[in-house]
Amino acid sequence: MLTSVLAAPAEEAGFDTGSIAWVLISAALVFLMTPALAFFYGGMVRAKHVLAMLMQNFAAIMIGAVVWVVIGFSLAFGDGNAFIGNLDFFGMTDPSQAIPGLEDLAVPPLVFAAFQMTFAIITLALVTGATADRWRFGAFVLFGVLWLTVIYAPLAHWVWSPSGWIAELGALDFAGGTVVHINAGVAGLAMAIVLGRRRGYGKDAMRGHSMPLVLLGAGLLWFGWFGFNAGSALGVNDGNTQLAAIAFINTAVAPAAAMAGWLGYEKLRHGSSTTLGAASGAVAGLVAITPCAGFVSPLAAIAIGLIAGVLCAASLGLKEKVKVDDALDVVAVHLIGGLWGSLAVGLFATSSINSVVTDDGLLVGGGAVLLGKQLLAVVAAMAFSFIGTFILGKLIGFLLPHRVDTETEITGLDQAMHSETAYEFGDSSRGASGRDLLPSAPSEKE
Amino acid sequence: MKLVTAVIKPFMLGDVKEALESLGVSGMTISEVSGYGRQKGHTEIYRGSEYEVDLVPKIKIEVLADERSASEIVDEIVRAAGTGKIGDGKVWVSSLDTVVRVRTGERGADAL
Repeated sequence: MLTSVLAAPAEEAGFDTGSIAWVLISAALVFLMTPALAFFYGGMVRAKHVLAMLMQNFAAIMIGAVVWVVIGFSLAFGDGNAFIGNLDFFGMTDPSQAIPGLEDLAVPPLVFAAFQMTFAIITLALVTGATADRWRFGAFVLFGVLWLTVIYAPLAHWVWSPSGWIAELGALDFAGGTVVHINAGVAGLAMAIVLGRRRGYGKDAMRGHSMPLVLLGAGLLWFGWFGFNAGSALGVNDGNTQLAAIAFINTAVAPAAAMAGWLGYEKLRHGSSTTLGAASGAVAGLVAITPCAGFVSPLAAIAIGLIAGVLCAASLGLKEKVKVDDALDVVAVHLIGGLWGSLAVGLFATSSINSVVTDDGLLVGGGAVLLGKQLLAVVAAMAFSFIGTFILGKLIGFLLPHRVDTETEITGLDQAMHSETAYEFGDSSRGASGRDLLPSAPSEKE
Repeated sequence: MKLVTAVIKPFMLGDVKEALESLGVSGMTISEVSGYGRQKGHTEIYRGSEYEVDLVPKIKIEVLADERSASEIVDEIVRAAGTGKIGDGKVWVSSLDTVVRVRTGERGADAL
């Protein structure tokens, strides 16, 4: 084939240069999703807490990159057993060490490891939406290190390592419906319960302080998501060219349909189509198409997106019923969206799109076999993630307090925890003396 | 001596200023305020949760006037600030004991 001639040096090692380039670029695209998420979440919290929100998301990069290189990748993709990997890849010391079961990848092992690292980072960051405005930074950092090691890495092993039990079962997750979204949604729910409700929850208005930031973040998330989904084709050679393209198109069309679904629901229910609804609908559609992206046709993606938009918007009220303060609706968007997407694989996946699909989905002429496997996989993932995260959260609570004190929560996490505030507001009280209007020189500690 | 105070919709400020200038009013004080009257603000929707925003932004205009021109000023503000819709605001007149111009020390009507 032509590519093998053009890509001679890589070809000697069995790799394809086009694929290497695409997966590395995809990794960078997914990396951008975490700062994008920071702004998506940051705009939805009150002005006094916005830096704390951004900080937790940036800290997810700090924690995730290091944990993944040292031990996370090894526990996720090392050979091990059906439930967890081993320490063969500890510290990623040997670039040529093949990943068990994934020897025929078009990209070198470390390219795959880099791509997967960005998934671990954003999954940790996603959890922070449920726990916004009340988690002490130090407790979050400790949680992040342990959670990526004992919850995320094993679950990634179950689903994506060829030796994992869910992979062997035949349940499918193209780009992270189970490992990323259901996992983050359930973990967020567990930690929202461990932390308790925000002070003033249900009484005070806790509306977001900047819808423009939310839309900027959502737009950048969508951009990065092309790497998330189309990058999960793990190459652009041979049949994968088409696979990456299908995943790419599905990543454009499903969120678009979901946005329409969410906005339509809002218009009927509340009388207005809001910008937050547009951003939320797009993200809900992105979440839902994630597990399906490389398995379903674009028309199916439209149906999956449209249903995701309506379903996620309609499930916003759930948290009031169960009295859990999932501050930024991680459950409604990521858990419900991820659940729907993972089950939609069992409805719409077809072997005509991807030969990995052995049992076609229920609505495309197959039986209920794949749907059953998907159901088993999501139930197992939810149970593991919820129970594991809840226990981990409680254990960390014995070591150091999770919650900020009352005064900090009321005056703002930014000032108390990071000695900063995000915005310099005009303050009429400062006009009492003209001198106060002049900027004061920064004082230096002696 | 009278103090005419008006609370109006922010976007009507230009019209009111123009109207008062054509009346010969030589000065006024403008401040950004917030409050509510019978209309009680508005509703905002965030992720399906409805928030009542009862304090809405308004502009407060204060004009010093002598006895005779005060009622003219009131009429002009009411005409210029009115949209016919709820939330147009209010105008009131109060009596003042003294007005002093800081630069010259002039008092009373001379200070206007």
